[in-house]
Amino acid sequence: MRYEISKEPINIQSVIDKVVEREAGAITTFIGTVRELTDGKKTLYLIYEAYETMAVKKLAQIGKEIEERWPKAKVAITHRIGRLDITDVAVVIAVSTPHRADAYEANRYAIERIKEIVPIWKKEHWEDGEAWVGNQLETVAYPSGKPEEGDLHE
Amino acid sequence: MNKILFFAHLRDAADREELQIKAVGKTVAELKTELMKNYDLPQLETVMTAINEEFVPDDEIIHDGDVIAFIPPVSGG
Repeated sequence: MRYEISKEPINIQSVIDKVVEREAGAITTFIGTVRELTDGKKTLYLIYEAYETMAVKKLAQIGKEIEERWPKAKVAITHRIGRLDITDVAVVIAVSTPHRADAYEANRYAIERIKEIVPIWKKEHWEDGEAWVGNQLETVAYPSGKPEEGDLHE
Repeated sequence: MNKILFFAHLRDAADREELQIKAVGKTVAELKTELMKNYDLPQLETVMTAINEEFVPDDEIIHDGDVIAFIPPVSGG
């Protein structure tokens, strides 16, 4: 399974291993981690929740979009759910392609797309309260279409 | 019958993860209006909807057995 939702800490190497290809000249790995400060406010920990079955489907859709846009790309994504502390790894995206430029671009596309269409939510816990966080791009999701070019450079 | 799923702040507001109701023949928009009337839910107009794990527009007609999930703005990554 190249697309997973995990309740356990993510083994980064195992995600990378899924995209190893003899034809690949590059693998880029994105590791999303839990940040302590957002706009000066201190996060204590996060709770991630997912509509798991749909989230896996949407991660696979992102992989398919990438493989159409960057031929010979291979993608693997694991997103963690549950309680995560500061510095914990929330998401790992590995992309292999024959040439390095595509691997960087395609990986960037994957994380931006996750923030649009994958049903995963995080609840921030602060010293003085908690709240579910809305879409970080503050845009409406694109149910069927592709994001505009500008959405990749927020 | 139809299963309705709530997530994130919607689940907190509804105080439940799911609901069984008969929504056959209604559009998604009609279902949203009915749920807002009968339950203490925040505005659903801007919330995305998935039927059987695929995003659908508000004018989609609901069939028997469809699983309807309301998808608040996502915040993964």
